[in-house]
Amino acid sequence: MAHRMRRSGAMALQIALLGLAAGLAYIAIRNAAQNLAAAHIVSGFGFWSNTAGFDISQTLIAYSPSASTFGRAFWVGLLNTLLVAGIGIVLATILGFAVGIARLSRNWLVAHLAGGYVELVRNVPLLLQLLFWYNSVLISLPQLRGSVTLPGGGILNNRGLFLPRPEFAAGFGYVVAAGIFGVAATAAIRLWARRRQDRTGEPVRLLWWAAALIVGVPAAVFLAAGAPLSFSVPQMGRFNIIGGVEILPEFAALLLALTIYTAAFIAEAVRAGVLAVPAGQIEAAQALGLRSGTTLRLVTVPQAMRVIVPPLTSQYLNLIKNSSLAVAIGYPDLVQVFTGTVLNLTGQAVEVVAITMAVYLAISLATSLLMNLYGLSVAVEER
Amino acid sequence: MQQPLAASGSDTGQSGPAVEIAGLHKWYGDFHVLRDINLAVARGERIVICGPSGGGKSTLLRCINRLEDWQRGRVVVDGIELTDDPRQIVAVRRDVGMVFQQFNLFPHLTVLENCTLAPIWVRHMPKTDAEELAMSYLNRVKIPEQAHKYPARLSGGQQQRVAIARALCMSPTIMLFDEPTSALDPEMVKEVLDTMVELANDGITMLVVSHEMGFARQVADRVIFMADGQIVEIDRPEAFFANPRHERTRLFLQQVLR
Amino acid sequence: MATPGEGSYLRVTPAERLPPPAERNGAPGWLRENLLSSPGNVALTVLCLAFIAWATPPLIRFFVVDAVWSGADRTACLASPANPHPGACWAFVRVWFSYFVYGFYPIGERWRVDAFFAALALGIAWLAWLSAPRRGLGAVYFFILLPILSYLLLSGAPRLGLITIPTELWGGVLVTIVVATVGIVASLPIGILLALARRSDLPIVKALAVGFIEFVRGVPLITVLFMASVMLPLFVPERLSPDKLLRALIGVALFASAYMAEVVRGGLNAIPRGQYEAAQALGLPYWRMMALVILPQALRVTLPNIVNTFIGLFKDTTLVFVVGIFDLLRTIEAARADPHWVTPVTSVTGYAFAALFYFLCCFGMSRYARGVELRLARRRR
Repeated sequence: MAHRMRRSGAMALQIALLGLAAGLAYIAIRNAAQNLAAAHIVSGFGFWSNTAGFDISQTLIAYSPSASTFGRAFWVGLLNTLLVAGIGIVLATILGFAVGIARLSRNWLVAHLAGGYVELVRNVPLLLQLLFWYNSVLISLPQLRGSVTLPGGGILNNRGLFLPRPEFAAGFGYVVAAGIFGVAATAAIRLWARRRQDRTGEPVRLLWWAAALIVGVPAAVFLAAGAPLSFSVPQMGRFNIIGGVEILPEFAALLLALTIYTAAFIAEAVRAGVLAVPAGQIEAAQALGLRSGTTLRLVTVPQAMRVIVPPLTSQYLNLIKNSSLAVAIGYPDLVQVFTGTVLNLTGQAVEVVAITMAVYLAISLATSLLMNLYGLSVAVEER
Repeated sequence: MQQPLAASGSDTGQSGPAVEIAGLHKWYGDFHVLRDINLAVARGERIVICGPSGGGKSTLLRCINRLEDWQRGRVVVDGIELTDDPRQIVAVRRDVGMVFQQFNLFPHLTVLENCTLAPIWVRHMPKTDAEELAMSYLNRVKIPEQAHKYPARLSGGQQQRVAIARALCMSPTIMLFDEPTSALDPEMVKEVLDTMVELANDGITMLVVSHEMGFARQVADRVIFMADGQIVEIDRPEAFFANPRHERTRLFLQQVLR
Repeated sequence: MATPGEGSYLRVTPAERLPPPAERNGAPGWLRENLLSSPGNVALTVLCLAFIAWATPPLIRFFVVDAVWSGADRTACLASPANPHPGACWAFVRVWFSYFVYGFYPIGERWRVDAFFAALALGIAWLAWLSAPRRGLGAVYFFILLPILSYLLLSGAPRLGLITIPTELWGGVLVTIVVATVGIVASLPIGILLALARRSDLPIVKALAVGFIEFVRGVPLITVLFMASVMLPLFVPERLSPDKLLRALIGVALFASAYMAEVVRGGLNAIPRGQYEAAQALGLPYWRMMALVILPQALRVTLPNIVNTFIGLFKDTTLVFVVGIFDLLRTIEAARADPHWVTPVTSVTGYAFAALFYFLCCFGMSRYARGVELRLARRRR
């Protein structure tokens, strides 16, 4: 609640502020231009189509040092960020919900063990945890010569974990189609069962149907099509491993650290959300004769989720931003590849940093927008 | 000393008391909160429990649908003994309705959905039947027009009446009221009490914890005075208010009926 | 009197107050309730006990029993007939300890660092103890006197007889504390200004504040540090180029201010309108209203959140590692690469030591925040 200032005073202040900001910006830009010119650094975004000339250890899309551009390197880095962040979010959510629910357990040991995990992880910096996992993971892995062969055809050494790469033959499309059909059919049956419940009161019992449709049907199609799936097993070469899919130790360490760290915060959000549901709600549901499973589903979870979702989204955003710690261990994410290597090679600090920040800003704003939409849809019900 | 009070019409037609409590003791940690409670409530009987705060009245009420547990004694509701067995507990809760001091309506559901939730998910009623039932009870408590609103939009008195309708939708044989008007503004107390009086005239067994002495005089078959976790005195309302026999009761009534 | 079953009843003798039944109370009762209440619960208890039994002895053995507490170089911590399974190499930490705390700060001048730590501790105690006398004076000390004093002490003031120590020589805990302190000291005032600006009715002021806050909160701290490290020298003329530590400090300060602004804004939102109206009705102009009435209440209400932000800031100081500043974590990285001390256990020991330091500081702060929260809750009743 700002005090109302006199009109002209307010106007003058704002104009002065704008002027100050503009003046500072002008001086800054002029200095930057001078300094850049003195160092013979080009400005502008032309560097985007210049040849990269450096290798990247993990590329989800085709990339070659001699033929790909800096722009291509940007996309490689971005995809690596999204990969580790995406998997991290899924794993952290699962672990976080499990630990959060454990903290609410009646069992003293379970609740306090979970609490100990949360307190330990929340009070140690993420970078320290990352370095610990990375250096522990790396130390215990053997060199190329002493690679460990795993059952199922994987190879483990300090370059990474090499797993058999799945090769899909022509018939696999039918399996995928069967899977999609299974999901759609389950959704349709669920709808039908709900309608039936509305009509006759008979409750919905879907589990076996879902299992049969989503798992059974694709499996049957798989067998009928002659098992159109083979694996290219990694082989030990003289200087490296040939074939297979490579999982970098940097990736594993970053994923582990991000998951464990973020899960602790998610656990706290889940706990706060469940505790926020007033005890009277549960008592009213119990007094009506609802069993604990039904009470959980119809009364506790809807109300708890309203409280959990905002901090949960916040933690997802934090995880995405924290993935930039990849720089410390050399995982080729956006910051490492672009703000690290590309910036060093081109010297165009302003453009590179600006682009990187713009990407993260876009992700953050998109998430905030989705969150606000969710908040609105929930609030309408409570108006 | 007195003849047993006649039980008015009951729907189940079962014989035996609606609620039977024998030798009930409950401790919260070291605190002896319920001491040697013995009580039998006949079918169709209307009981009002009064007494000073912290006397154990709400705790006793909540034992009847096992929202509270106890360490010693027996509670038998409608012939079903309440133990740790979840099936017994659910069976009892289906036939016992409860109205809370804080209403406890589900804020994320509409008034109608609040009322149809239990019939659909516990009695497996078809949705349309449940909604018809709910509307009939909302009519009874005189707020049918609020059916599609969310509880936050209603006044306290309206919310409590919805809570009564919600409990009634399960067609209980026994209704428990835990200080139903204590959280209401004075001008809304009357509408809720009127609803409860109407209900009382239908013959349902009612146990009401309340400070509303006018309601007790009007409706109760027996009035129970509880203090320090024990039942001190039980009597018909006329005798209870005109001629309390125990010193404690007299003290309490003096303070309350000033 | 008839049985209380039917009809009326009068209690003649009061029921005595009995002790609770033995098997339901005390230690056995607690065990039944919390650990053994159902078969599922029993299974969980057994699992947990098994896990504890599996995890605890190796940890104690590694960190205490088999640990090496003194030695001159790596041979002390390597496997040998006398010590086949060496545990943590605490000897390594002891030898490198002064480096971990002071970095390369000249030994003769280290008293200045100690003086800084003492002055800082005084300031923190003064502000953190809620019943301390003259806390206004404490605020002046902490936010104005202390920064100046620290700068003179640490960096040097030739005219006062303190030789200049370039920041390249600072390292370890000294740097971590400096970065954290600068972050805290800068972010609170700037954060308050930003929060007030964001709530302002003046559109340009509000837009600038919102833009800054949302921008900073939307990007990772590493990019802000990179921006400060790499871009700041471009924006100032050659001769004024700030040194590496200063750049990192500016980055951290700006970053923390944006988060602090949101926390303060939460506090301002929590103050009922009536307070603003009462102050205005008394004729207080804007700044005096804020300083005397609103902000003291807002800061007190949101103190737990402020402390939580500080905890986050304290952990974030490790990120200056990435722009080449030698905070505690980077000194540990440097030390564990020392060929004199390379053993399989050196890294783990170093990290454990750092983890212990951060854990004690952060856990301590979070306990303090909890204590403040409880005090506030009690007072409000």
